Amino acid sequence: MQLVLEKRAERSNTIALVSPLIAIGLTIVTMSILFVILGKNPISALGVYFIDPLTDSYSLQEIAVKASPLVMIAIGLSLCYLANAWNIGAEGQFLVGAVAGSWLAVKTQGTDAGPWVLPAMLLLGAAAGALYALIPAICKVRFGASEILTSLMLVYVADLFLDYLVRGPWRDPKGFNFPTTAEFDPVATVPLLIETGRLHLGAVIALVVVAAGTVLLGKTIKGFEIRVVGAAPRAARFGGFNSNQLILLTFAISGALAGLAGIIEVAGPVGHLQPGISPGYGFTAIIVAFLGRLNPVGILIAGLFLALTFIGGEQAQIAMKIPLDVTKVFQGILLFYVLACDSLILYRFKLIYASAKVA
Amino acid sequence: MELVEAIILAVLAASTPLLLAATGELITERAGVLNLGVEGMMIVGAACGFGGAWLSGSIIVGALCGIVAGALLSLIFALMTLGLAVNQVATGLALTILGIGLSGLIGARFVGEKITPAPHLHIPGLTDIPLVGRILFGEDGFIYLSLALVVAVWWFLYKTRAGLILRAVGDNHVSAHALGYPVLQIRMYAVMFGGACAGLAGAYLPLAYTPFFIPGMTAGRGWIALALVVFASWRPGRLVIGAYLFGAVTILQLHAQGWGVGVPSQLMSALPYLATVIVLVLISRARSGGSTAPAALGTVFVPDR
Amino acid sequence: MRKILIATTAAVIAVGASLVGASAADKLKVGFIYLGPVGDLGWTYQHDVARQAMVKEFGDKVETTFLENVSEGPDSERSIEQLARAGNKLIFTTSFGYMEPTLKVAKKYPKIHFEHATGYKRAENVSTYSGRFYEGRYIQGIIAAKMSKSGVLGYIGSFPIPEVISGINATILGAQTINPNIKVKIIWANSWFDPGKEADAAKALLDQGADVIMQHTDSPAAMQIASERGKLAFGQDSEMIKFGPKSQLTSIMDNWGPYYIERVKAELDGTWKSEDFWGGLKTKIVMMAPYTNMPDDVKKLAMDTEAAITDGKLFPFKCPVIGQDGKEVECKGGTHLDDGQVLGMNFYVKGIDDKIPGK
Repeated sequence: MQLVLEKRAERSNTIALVSPLIAIGLTIVTMSILFVILGKNPISALGVYFIDPLTDSYSLQEIAVKASPLVMIAIGLSLCYLANAWNIGAEGQFLVGAVAGSWLAVKTQGTDAGPWVLPAMLLLGAAAGALYALIPAICKVRFGASEILTSLMLVYVADLFLDYLVRGPWRDPKGFNFPTTAEFDPVATVPLLIETGRLHLGAVIALVVVAAGTVLLGKTIKGFEIRVVGAAPRAARFGGFNSNQLILLTFAISGALAGLAGIIEVAGPVGHLQPGISPGYGFTAIIVAFLGRLNPVGILIAGLFLALTFIGGEQAQIAMKIPLDVTKVFQGILLFYVLACDSLILYRFKLIYASAKVA
Repeated sequence: MELVEAIILAVLAASTPLLLAATGELITERAGVLNLGVEGMMIVGAACGFGGAWLSGSIIVGALCGIVAGALLSLIFALMTLGLAVNQVATGLALTILGIGLSGLIGARFVGEKITPAPHLHIPGLTDIPLVGRILFGEDGFIYLSLALVVAVWWFLYKTRAGLILRAVGDNHVSAHALGYPVLQIRMYAVMFGGACAGLAGAYLPLAYTPFFIPGMTAGRGWIALALVVFASWRPGRLVIGAYLFGAVTILQLHAQGWGVGVPSQLMSALPYLATVIVLVLISRARSGGSTAPAALGTVFVPDR
Repeated sequence: MRKILIATTAAVIAVGASLVGASAADKLKVGFIYLGPVGDLGWTYQHDVARQAMVKEFGDKVETTFLENVSEGPDSERSIEQLARAGNKLIFTTSFGYMEPTLKVAKKYPKIHFEHATGYKRAENVSTYSGRFYEGRYIQGIIAAKMSKSGVLGYIGSFPIPEVISGINATILGAQTINPNIKVKIIWANSWFDPGKEADAAKALLDQGADVIMQHTDSPAAMQIASERGKLAFGQDSEMIKFGPKSQLTSIMDNWGPYYIERVKAELDGTWKSEDFWGGLKTKIVMMAPYTNMPDDVKKLAMDTEAAITDGKLFPFKCPVIGQDGKEVECKGGTHLDDGQVLGMNFYVKGIDDKIPGK
């Protein structure tokens, strides 16, 4: 007797609805066990993670701030993944976008440049991100080099490039040699939405991106092509779709969105360019894209949910002295359960008996 | 000349964790599975390896603990990606997050402890030969093991039937399945071999390199191992060259500073990654469009019944 | 079912919170933000040791919370604010990179007092504090010159910030009092914390002829390498004799305990005000580990030097200080360089045959 996975004839809408609930349920059970082992009260611990952050406006704002870059990047990545183009270098595109936009901020520092600076920075960030993403895309289309690997390699190059700039040419002359640029001027800073909080224009941009992603995928021919190329490459070829062109296009879009997220993060919450501006946003966004099932609205929910665990994890450290490592384990387990349960949308388990063994 | 010997010794030590982890990942990828969780498996291997050695007082027990820990963690990955057909990229990244958390929890109680590092070989006469003696006959056991492992992997891949099947599975799982090979089972073994090697590579750090455990001590070496596999275009022989090249750049960059050479260290550090991209393009191009990557790399396989 | 669970959880939390609230009302809540994990054996570890010492001193009167592994990127501002919102009245932010975020949060919470380590910007409710580590470096320089046979010292730097540069200069000035021709080789790890790289740097220095290793990075890796090679080394941040029983000459230990106790006491008494505290050997913020592995005359010399610095009779940067260019550095402190010159130090003294990176 053997338990095997079998593709469903069509996706199960029931499972699609309940699978997140099953995953969360399994996570709660697993984490409760872990909390008991660690000598913490599981009910209050889970409350701190999942519920406390939702009960005050401050935490809600912070969730939005944390989720904005994740959602923006993940939407772009989902387009790639739908088209079967594997961009995993969003982290690098994020950094390059941040660097390109910061260039203008650094150059106009202390001048009486007008309010055109910020929009120009955002454009530069998006353009640089797109160009940087096109490198692996072109290597793929022209030479057949695996884009998974080239895009990953370019992350480290971007990281080191940023490091070089802030330790050398762009270092704040008054900053005592610390590796950071000077604080950006107000015209080079992303405006806040609420004066007292940290919620900034980036959150609105993220929502616009979600809407645009939904329209692109659902209502346009290009969106249709992207989905067909990914889901049925042979049919797409017969249909005359140019898959190479789509690889270039989706890479450029996702690079642009990652670059945009990068410059918004630098010109918003951080306020200057420095190493470590990304706590792994580009990689976390890959997970967000899959958690959101490569669907724009799903990604929005997934991004908010993951952000919730970050904020909750911090509050758990404060309120219950739960070490940060537990939060990491918690996130890991949660991701596994969600991904595993989602798999049952397209597949189902089937018991087969030894007699039915395939040769 | 003594300086050259010293540099080579340092390069060998710095390259070994990379080589070990990359050798494992090479087998995993050759079977068509892309496990991006190498860093996570390494850091858990480091925590468990140190814990095992500290509790038992034996380096070998420590190394075994690292191997088992890495293999167990990779088993989760295998169950997810092979058993449940979940996307490999997402699962690998999640594995890294989980691994970093686990290693912190496991390692917390060992912080501040110290063990005696793995001994270096000493053969009277041979080890004392000037210049080459210590390089050839004076290393720690892990270094010899890593090289033996590469040879074994090369022999397995190209000289055995099992290796041929493994490659077939990685290149075309549909055909391999049609021929009656248990694709998923083979892949599971390959993933676990990769996990075991990553665990051992992680354990090398606290057992031989710096004999104490600190959270996050792998410091990104798992990601470099991933790059190495590509750099080597999935060939064990080139893997050795690649690993030692990476190690050499790391060490020489430090020496260059000591000599007062004013090259930005970031440029030196970026070279291996740029080289990897260029190599990848060149080899892909030489094959006129067809990449040398295992054709089924990273794709999900669910057998038809 | 889920609703019931949530309701129960919320109720439990409410009860729990009210219980905590009752007992915590008369306790002073003190928060800490750490850069590394508490188990890094270096910088963060020493801050946590000091926190525990402070808790021991005040017992029931204080309640402490820390957030560890807080990266210096966009997340740090939120982490600090979380502590502020959790009712902490005094918050220590223990790394330079938290400077801007600390100031931003302090502005929003004028009633909460902040203590920022190693920074240079203060506010009404933000103090800064740091250690005069260069005093210990001067003593190390003297010991190193006495103990070195090759006349070459090896120095592992983290980042070329003034604190590190002044440490290198103090070392050389100390060493030159013994051996005017002393040489130093400097390798930058470009990291506070990467044991493998620190070990590689130590090996490179020893291989290039240095026989005494000093470090301004945090892990005991370099000590361990020196020990393996039978060479001498100085510890950093904490006592590292365990990792080099035959190698450690002494160690500069960060001892924040007295400062934390003093500041918490001031907060409890209601006498806290914004200050710039820079303590050295005299205030025991900087402490020297026992002088070991050296002959008695060297030990005596080291102890005499320590006593002279402690008593204010000896200044490591006493005039004239000659820069690398051979010109005398302006003597703003009368008989020695003033604090501002040391805090912003961005030049090497004569005798160092190297260049500050990025300059």
